[in-house]
Amino acid sequence: MTLLAVQNVTKRFGGLVANDAIAFDVPAQSVFAVIGPNGAGKTTLFNVISGFLSPSEGRIAFDGADITGLAQRAIAARGLVRTYQLVQLFKDLTVAENVQVGFHLVTKGAIGAALLRPRWMRQQEARVREQANELLGFVGLAAQAEARADTLPYGQQRLLEVARALAASPKLLLLDEPAAGLNTAETQALAEVILRIRARGITVLLIEHDMSLVMQIAQRIVVLDFGKKIAEGTPDEIKAHPDVIAAYLGTNLGTEAAHA
Amino acid sequence: MTSRSITFTRRFSPVEIGGALAGLALLAFVLVHGGYFVTVIGFAAIYGIFCTGLNFFMGYTGQASFGQNAFAALGGYGTAILCAGQGWQPILALPVTMVISGAIALIVGYPTLRLRGHYLAMATFALGLITYELSIEWIDLTQGYMGYAGIPPLGIGRYELGSDREQLVVLVIVLLLGVWIAQRLKDSRFGRALRAIAGSEAAANALGIDIARYKLAAFVVAAVYASVAGSLFAHFIGFISPEVFGLSMVTLSFTMLYLGGIGTIWGPIVGAVIVSMLPEAFRGLKELQDIAYAGVLILILIFFPRGLAALPGMIAQWRGAKTGAAP
Repeated sequence: MTLLAVQNVTKRFGGLVANDAIAFDVPAQSVFAVIGPNGAGKTTLFNVISGFLSPSEGRIAFDGADITGLAQRAIAARGLVRTYQLVQLFKDLTVAENVQVGFHLVTKGAIGAALLRPRWMRQQEARVREQANELLGFVGLAAQAEARADTLPYGQQRLLEVARALAASPKLLLLDEPAAGLNTAETQALAEVILRIRARGITVLLIEHDMSLVMQIAQRIVVLDFGKKIAEGTPDEIKAHPDVIAAYLGTNLGTEAAHA
Repeated sequence: MTSRSITFTRRFSPVEIGGALAGLALLAFVLVHGGYFVTVIGFAAIYGIFCTGLNFFMGYTGQASFGQNAFAALGGYGTAILCAGQGWQPILALPVTMVISGAIALIVGYPTLRLRGHYLAMATFALGLITYELSIEWIDLTQGYMGYAGIPPLGIGRYELGSDREQLVVLVIVLLLGVWIAQRLKDSRFGRALRAIAGSEAAANALGIDIARYKLAAFVVAAVYASVAGSLFAHFIGFISPEVFGLSMVTLSFTMLYLGGIGTIWGPIVGAVIVSMLPEAFRGLKELQDIAYAGVLILILIFFPRGLAALPGMIAQWRGAKTGAAP
């Protein structure tokens, strides 16, 4: 079953075509990766899918409904939640509070409820605390729950961002270069978390530079280069694809290698 | 027994107990001593209410407003006009001016809060200036430069709070009520959303938080607090003029917020008390008074950049580092 369908999405910035008629289907409960060299249009595509930008042309369907041009908030409410390439934590809040904010979409109550604290509100707060701690355990940050978010090492900040996004109960989690800036051990911890997220029945769509991570965890990969989709397939198919090798290593190198 | 004492020490740290005792001692001294001190601490309580509200918008939500004095003016003049001009009961005028100020904040804030950073600061600054000019020029309503006199003290029905001391007790009770409400709002889904916006608007938006709406809510809450502070000032002193709610209110409240600790529950109160009392402490220095005052402010901001309310946390951290492991 297709959870997310990207249908001929084009995004232009003036004369620059950042995404050129890109199309692919993300099956439910898979780990799906978008890779490509710098400037290939990956982040633009992510911004279009998550509603941060609207596409110049094309359509995006999520969970059977057209979400093209909806506000990011409305898309998040339908179960498509993203993280950012640069970690965007709530620095002054504790690790646990960061995750508690993540439950915003799946909880209710504003000023009145905060002031009067009716029974349902107290129960909701208790549930939020408990589930936040459960999610922190899930990504391996239970011991840091009371620390301020900005005191965590970078790798743990990434994991916290993932835990916070999971709190919103997404059907599809968009991760924008989650392994950027992580060392090998941290990347491995992240890979394990992503696989466990999938085991929970949540689909993961990630943009990534780290090829070893992508090859290890993704079922399907789309390759972008200069705004166009140049290949799609399983990790093994992608590794052997001549256009992908050319895009990553350069055409000259490719031909030289062929001649050698 | 042991577990009980542990939960007790967890709920109230030595600093909190010390702070509460110091506050009580100060209040007791002022009530016994009477005279001018009552006015000083009364001002501190009124500014404490104002800053607790401003803290919602500037501290928790991380937005800048240089014009919150506009809503104190609305509260103050609303009270003056209703009570002194129309003969209303203070207890009735207070909620009415609160609703009016909140409604105006909603109307003014809706377009203004689309701005960010410096632009928002400028727009709110203009709001304060416009209100100030109105309070001078709209003489039929505000009596202009002359100010509005004859505002009755707080009271219910026939009973009025006759003495300054009685009024001070009521001011402190209203302040504590305001702090209690702020604490409840902060520790909730609502408060978390505000603090998330201060941390990262992009991330808050991605998690489904309606940023414009929550900013507006924080602005209105701050305006209602400011309105109450303005009304209480009018009742406490019995006289208001445009200068009371002028620019000095903005600079004073900013000093209090940053000195006490912006984004904390007790910071605004600590700041309000200290900033109100400092000039009195330096009175003996005569012409050096302002310099000493400014010097103390600079020293505090250099050594406690997160404000005095961050002090317990700093001490705890220092202790944790010393003993090796924090619990």
